[in-house]
Amino acid sequence: MKIAVCVKHVPEGHGRIDPDSKRLDRSGEGALNHFDANAVEEALRLKGDGDGEVVVLSMGPEKAADSLRKALAMGADRAVLVCDEAAAGSDLVATSKVLAGALAREEADLVLFGQQAEDADGAVLWAAVAERLRRPVVSQAAEVTVSGDTVRVKRQTEFGYDVIETSLPAVVAVSDAINEPRYPSLKGIMGAKKKPFDTLTVSDTGVAASEVGEAGSKTEVRALGAPPSRGDAKKIEGDANAAQAIVDFLAEKRLL
Amino acid sequence: MILVFLEHHDGEIEKGSLGVLAKGASLGDADAVLVGGGVSSLAAKAGSYGAKRVHVADDPSLEPPLPQPRVDVLAKIVEEGGYDTVLFANSVLAADVAAGLAARLDAGLNWDLVDLTGEFVGKRPALGDSILVDVGWKTTPRLALFRAGSFDAAPAGGGPPEVLSAAVQLQEHSQAARIVDQQLEEASGPSIEDADVIVAGGRGLGAPESFTLAEELARALGGAVGATRAVVDAGWYPYSAQIGQTGKTVSPKLYVALGISGAIQHKVGMQSSNVIVAINKDPNAPIFEFADLGVVGDVHEVVPKLTELVKQRRA
Amino acid sequence: MTRASDYPPPFAASEFVGEPSDPADERIEVGVLIVGAGPAGLACAIRLGQLLAEQPAVAERMGDVPIAVLEKGKQPGSHLLSGAVVNPRALRKLGYRIEDLPTYGPVHQEAVYVMTRRNALRIPPPPTMRNHGNFVFALSRLGRRLAEDAEERGVTILPETVGEKLLVQHGRVVGVRTGDKGRARDGEPLGNYEPGSDIVAKVIVLAEGTQGHLTGVALDHFGLRGDEPQVWELGVKEVWKVPRPLRGVVHTMGWPLRTAAKYREFGGSFIYPMGDDMLTIGMVVGLDYRDVELSAHDLLQELKTHPRIRRMLEGGERVAWGAKTIPSGGWNSLPARLHAPGLLLCGDGVGLVNIARLKGVHYAIESGRIAAESAWASLQRGATPGSALSAYDDEVRSGFIGRDLYEVRDMRQVFGRGFFVGGALASAMTVSKGRLAVGKLRAEPDAEQPLLRSGRADRYPGPDGMLTFDKLSSVFLSGNKTRDDQPNHIRIERRVPREVAELWVNMCPAQVYELGPEGGDGTVTVHLAPSNCVQCGAITAKGGRLTPPEGGSGPEYTLT
Repeated sequence: MKIAVCVKHVPEGHGRIDPDSKRLDRSGEGALNHFDANAVEEALRLKGDGDGEVVVLSMGPEKAADSLRKALAMGADRAVLVCDEAAAGSDLVATSKVLAGALAREEADLVLFGQQAEDADGAVLWAAVAERLRRPVVSQAAEVTVSGDTVRVKRQTEFGYDVIETSLPAVVAVSDAINEPRYPSLKGIMGAKKKPFDTLTVSDTGVAASEVGEAGSKTEVRALGAPPSRGDAKKIEGDANAAQAIVDFLAEKRLL
Repeated sequence: MILVFLEHHDGEIEKGSLGVLAKGASLGDADAVLVGGGVSSLAAKAGSYGAKRVHVADDPSLEPPLPQPRVDVLAKIVEEGGYDTVLFANSVLAADVAAGLAARLDAGLNWDLVDLTGEFVGKRPALGDSILVDVGWKTTPRLALFRAGSFDAAPAGGGPPEVLSAAVQLQEHSQAARIVDQQLEEASGPSIEDADVIVAGGRGLGAPESFTLAEELARALGGAVGATRAVVDAGWYPYSAQIGQTGKTVSPKLYVALGISGAIQHKVGMQSSNVIVAINKDPNAPIFEFADLGVVGDVHEVVPKLTELVKQRRA
Repeated sequence: MTRASDYPPPFAASEFVGEPSDPADERIEVGVLIVGAGPAGLACAIRLGQLLAEQPAVAERMGDVPIAVLEKGKQPGSHLLSGAVVNPRALRKLGYRIEDLPTYGPVHQEAVYVMTRRNALRIPPPPTMRNHGNFVFALSRLGRRLAEDAEERGVTILPETVGEKLLVQHGRVVGVRTGDKGRARDGEPLGNYEPGSDIVAKVIVLAEGTQGHLTGVALDHFGLRGDEPQVWELGVKEVWKVPRPLRGVVHTMGWPLRTAAKYREFGGSFIYPMGDDMLTIGMVVGLDYRDVELSAHDLLQELKTHPRIRRMLEGGERVAWGAKTIPSGGWNSLPARLHAPGLLLCGDGVGLVNIARLKGVHYAIESGRIAAESAWASLQRGATPGSALSAYDDEVRSGFIGRDLYEVRDMRQVFGRGFFVGGALASAMTVSKGRLAVGKLRAEPDAEQPLLRSGRADRYPGPDGMLTFDKLSSVFLSGNKTRDDQPNHIRIERRVPREVAELWVNMCPAQVYELGPEGGDGTVTVHLAPSNCVQCGAITAKGGRLTPPEGGSGPEYTLT
């Protein structure tokens, strides 16, 4: 079974927004989005000791190679990085086109995503990618099992769990509750360097330059503004009437 | 022209969807979509909450809450109806539908929005809700996914809406997934991640036994119990309840902080809660700087009374 | 008199020495193993890489992984912190042009001030504080750059990996065992438990920085310590974005430190420009202070309230914070030997710091370079490893490192006599280039200082969230996101007299220690929050012992 995992290299530490580009400043240090580590871990578990292959893919700047290497160190077999200036500033749909193009080349049985991105930029990518690949998609997976040509997912919703089955090939986004990602072993870290690592341009994925980057994006950031105001804060002192005051406040806010 | 995706569960339209419908109606003429099995009866309600017309795709095959068939239905409605804006209230299902639809229509999707102006500028909190970003669309249709609870529903009065039957033509890949089992939530209370209300305890509770104060208040409010790192460290409460930088990040509608100082490690885990109420003995506790209602008082005095009053109110 | 040293921590070096335990075919073999990706370790790695390129034949003998560097931080630079105004000498010897490195520029101007609460009296820079020809760096950034260069030369860097145990066989260091990952607070393995590994090598170089864990273990195990104990300073610093550029490098003495001898508050502050839009401000305090209420973290906050300094920071924003100890015993506190069979010791770990000039980075780099040459020599055919490694020792002591440190020996010790007497003596020593001997002044271990209390804490400014901050906010800004259920890595005697507990509570810049329940006999149980720890090392100086936590935890410095 061939499993492809889409991962993202996200800025480390406290995000800063670059006032000129109005986008997240990705120039500093970065690391593997920890939600994607769950996806890599799940892929490795599903492969187990079998003959399958786990390929990790990412679209990002050169530095994104570090996150791919971390995934290789965890045990993935091969890495693919789409690294192209033209793609910088791509929005959801533009990114989904590139990833879908790269994934189409792989013809994986199962494509895994992590649940969200720490930098809040990559959420819901899986559904857009699945649409482009014309594959069934299941998200919020708390458990994934594969038997033969079928994948069975326990999906968490606001109301409880749905158990969903679909045929392979499919796209699944895993929640962070699904597993505890392994620490790469030292041998894994050292071996990562020798594993195959391909770098692609946007055109290698079959996508035109005009469809990516800021030019190819359909959404834009216009301005940065002050924090959303919390309104007037109230403060009460003393125990006597506090409980009633709180209840009145909650009622006023329609929380009771 | 605005189209609003209405989500429903157990025979009721979701409150969040009605809120987004109200928002849509405030921006202009807003139509709604209902997709599911046996949903035709909900069209009237949609009308009374602001929808001018309601597209209904009612079929047993659409009953399972799966996203891809909904993408198929919506795509056709948007293309044929000439809608330039589609609004969604965030949910596990809606997020997948919105993103799939964006890819299908090659349209722009802005998500995690808390507001939308008349000029179609979206407002989106970023960096742990510390700033607000203005986002826009360069093309139509514009797809917008709003944070849960961003708007209140507003019954609009007015007559019954025009109901249109939506065609259901599903793509092959949209039919591949099947729900084979469903387990609904037990009544033991919501998990921290999903809870609308969280009552969290910190060291100001004084002793581990005092966590019952938080538990009873949470029960009365129908919420979950959270804890700070300090008390989890001290063994008063399990790590699964820890909220903060090294624990869980939550954004409930109501966060009640009992005996919590509000150190930044805790703050970053809950600062995007809609409403924050804090009770703490120390008037200088940093939490008072970002609580909507701060009570300088003794949790042992205030909380039992509060719990009583809440129970009475809800009864 | 209460002394912290009366309550030693439960720690024995022997716990961290042993034979390899992994089966032979599972041990990881490398040529030269370096512990620590700081300036010393990376200089060693880079120099070895250069030598390897010149003589590939030797490379074959070093196996698949000729040079490996262990780094306990998330990545190289994550645990690096210094001022820093760096003497370029050692970098040039390594083949660098300073302009090619991420420097904030040469030092053009400098000023030294003696501070009082409201004023700043400018004095001519003492001879030890002249920085013409030196360059401003953020050590964390320099470390990251050196690591990239090392990797390009074929060095394998293993981040998030702790050197926990020294592997010794037949009296010779043969390798290092790395730390386990994925244990819970009680030590039980978690779902993703990953045991450490034995890494064996032909030569092991310890470049762990201040309070290096294996370095301390090696000094004890091989009996390498000298007659005089090491002493440390605690440095706490911040990086600020500022609207008006700071022109020139600034050092201060005096307020808020007290000059009377009984307090033993040695130290001062530094303020360095970092380009046009940032600066770094730090406070350095000798850990031989006596006041239980002294908090270096809060002294820095107090310093910022000085009218001159407040003006510098007005309109600015604090963007980074960190803390680290600096060994300050100098020449007199150096170990008797800097090597053991199979082992070389570099940098801050063995105290190669000129505290009078506040310089140690270039000595670290130079010692790493020399270590590389010695290691290389020991790997040549027909070499006697013992003599090749002892040549390291000779060259460190007889080269510019030793000469510089000898010149300013006793400098730190004289400040035990108080600021004014100390200052006069220090100047006299410098002017005489160290020939003026002031009699043998023994350094006393920091933990043996008698403790006193003076109500100092009342003067610390409260946090206003704009200019001054509390410890937890500072820890947050260090990038520390250590998981809370990690095993505790700090060894202290938990039940101690109240004064000792308060000493630790105030000393720690990261609020690791808290006063727990009272014992009724004047003692207090100390409560720990080890996930706050930024691994500065102060506790080891003042009566406890820092051991390395799980690899990857601790601060994630980028601008320090």
